Amino acid sequence: MLKIGVPSKGRLMEKTFDWFGARGVTMRRTGNEREYSGEVEGLDGVQLVLLSAGEIPRELSAGRIHLGVTGSDLVRDKLADWSAQVAEVAPLGFGHADLILAVPVCWVDVDTLDDLDATASAFRRVHGFRLRIATKYHRLVRDFLTENGVADYQLVDSQGATEGTIRNLTAEAIADITSTGETLRANHLKVLEDAVIHRSQATLFAARAADWTEARPALKALMDRLGLPLPDLVREG
Amino acid sequence: MIKAEIRAEAERLFAAFQAAGAQPVEADILLPADMLLDLYGEDIRARAYVTQDPLRGEMVLRPDFTVPVVQAHMAHGADPARYTYMGEVFRKQDTLRPRAAEYLQVGFEVFDRTAPEEADAEVFALFADLLAPLRVQPQIGDIGILMAAVRGLETTETRRAALLRHVWRPRRFRHLLDRYAGRTGPHPARVRLLKALEEGTLPKTGPHIGLRSASEIAARIHALAEDADTPAIPPKCASLLEDLMALSGPAPQAVERLRDLAVDMPHISDAVERFATRLAALKARGVAVDALPFETTHGRTTLEYYDGFVFTFHATDPALPVIASGGRYDALTRVLGQGQSIPAVGGIIRPHLVAQLRAAGC
Repeated sequence: MLKIGVPSKGRLMEKTFDWFGARGVTMRRTGNEREYSGEVEGLDGVQLVLLSAGEIPRELSAGRIHLGVTGSDLVRDKLADWSAQVAEVAPLGFGHADLILAVPVCWVDVDTLDDLDATASAFRRVHGFRLRIATKYHRLVRDFLTENGVADYQLVDSQGATEGTIRNLTAEAIADITSTGETLRANHLKVLEDAVIHRSQATLFAARAADWTEARPALKALMDRLGLPLPDLVREG
Repeated sequence: MIKAEIRAEAERLFAAFQAAGAQPVEADILLPADMLLDLYGEDIRARAYVTQDPLRGEMVLRPDFTVPVVQAHMAHGADPARYTYMGEVFRKQDTLRPRAAEYLQVGFEVFDRTAPEEADAEVFALFADLLAPLRVQPQIGDIGILMAAVRGLETTETRRAALLRHVWRPRRFRHLLDRYAGRTGPHPARVRLLKALEEGTLPKTGPHIGLRSASEIAARIHALAEDADTPAIPPKCASLLEDLMALSGPAPQAVERLRDLAVDMPHISDAVERFATRLAALKARGVAVDALPFETTHGRTTLEYYDGFVFTFHATDPALPVIASGGRYDALTRVLGQGQSIPAVGGIIRPHLVAQLRAAGC
């Protein structure tokens, strides 16, 4: 049985169903409205697993599902060495959002990473602690800032309402997902011009750790139907 | 799991360091996170196990001994002092490559004001001697020469400080150098801001939010305007600095080429002569210096506390992590010493890798 994990509710689920539907694979929820069960029509040996989008990376990593649809940002942030754990099968072209760095609009002197870095240095001198960046994307943000040689900052965890942390004096800058930027503007924040950390979209991933022996025929049938090449699932090294 | 032979190897090294005059010291395994976080920043979260104590707040599983040993020495040690330690360190591994997350480290640290180059040579020669039965390759460098070169650059103190701050981050260092040397122009946003400042038409920004005050923002705008008027670092100076950073070769030839560079960069002379003194001290201790590979920027991307002599010993198999490493960290003692400082040099050996090489017969 090939298990495919898809987001269990909301626009992400609907768009996923639409994407597969447009390619001749009908997915639908079964049972009553609150019950998290579903099925795939017209393909044998494929089981639909409805999961929270945030848990799909973990399930892929553990190999409990063979395929999964989730944001590319979540996979990169939640999985260490992500490309060794999952293979990108296809970007799905929806759920677009950018992970960006934002600072208060009143920081007229800060528009780039250069500025942020210089400001962090001065801030630490004045305040005696590192400039705080609120985010829930710890790995992605830290890797990005390390790669770009930004110093004198610290990450503070924010699992929601991240845009409010600066006004509440619990952070000086934020790193968050934005699609239109409206929430940022409403909270008097602006995006750094050269610091898009990741351009995320909903993506179909395959789990390298899953047991593929019995799922392979179903995978081949599914990929044929979707018009995609078979993913390279050979575990490296 | 720490195997018996690894522990035996560690004990052997620990005994050798004690025989060389070092006093054995202990350090806690569970360390308060604040000092390490302040020192290393976010990098430490990526590399160390940070955990939560209900009363003591964030704690870290010991990622290395240097910081607790320096802290203990600065708090109640008398110098000169030689210390050795042996124990587990813990490093998070963020890749699926098979690397140990928990392993033994044996270290040797010298706190001595009298003759720093002698102390450098003492540490290196001791390590070279202990590792001599194995097929390992030494490599040395000297971050102090690069720092001296930056301190002597013909530019403003602000720019020199910015470059020094990023000595350990090659990519940002290069980015800053390119900008200060006029090879890349300012970002369009910077040009916009300075133009608006000149015309007195700074953009409306809405309410002031956050901890960074209006006066801090004003101070930086002022600094940016000042920086915009700073003449570029002359191309010749920038390329000399780059020659220096790219310099590598057997140590004796490196000294000669550094002396040549010092004709045009007189401010590195002292640092170069310290390197020459160190090399003589190494030779006097029987180290084969003629073939000793030197790179000015060796060790530049590892821990940022080394600010002088640095060294590593690595196996012929490039897949293995370094077997031993160390260097001089005078500035770290100043940071941890609350007003005091002492010249310090030291290094660590990883006994699990020594045991592995020994078992492989190489």
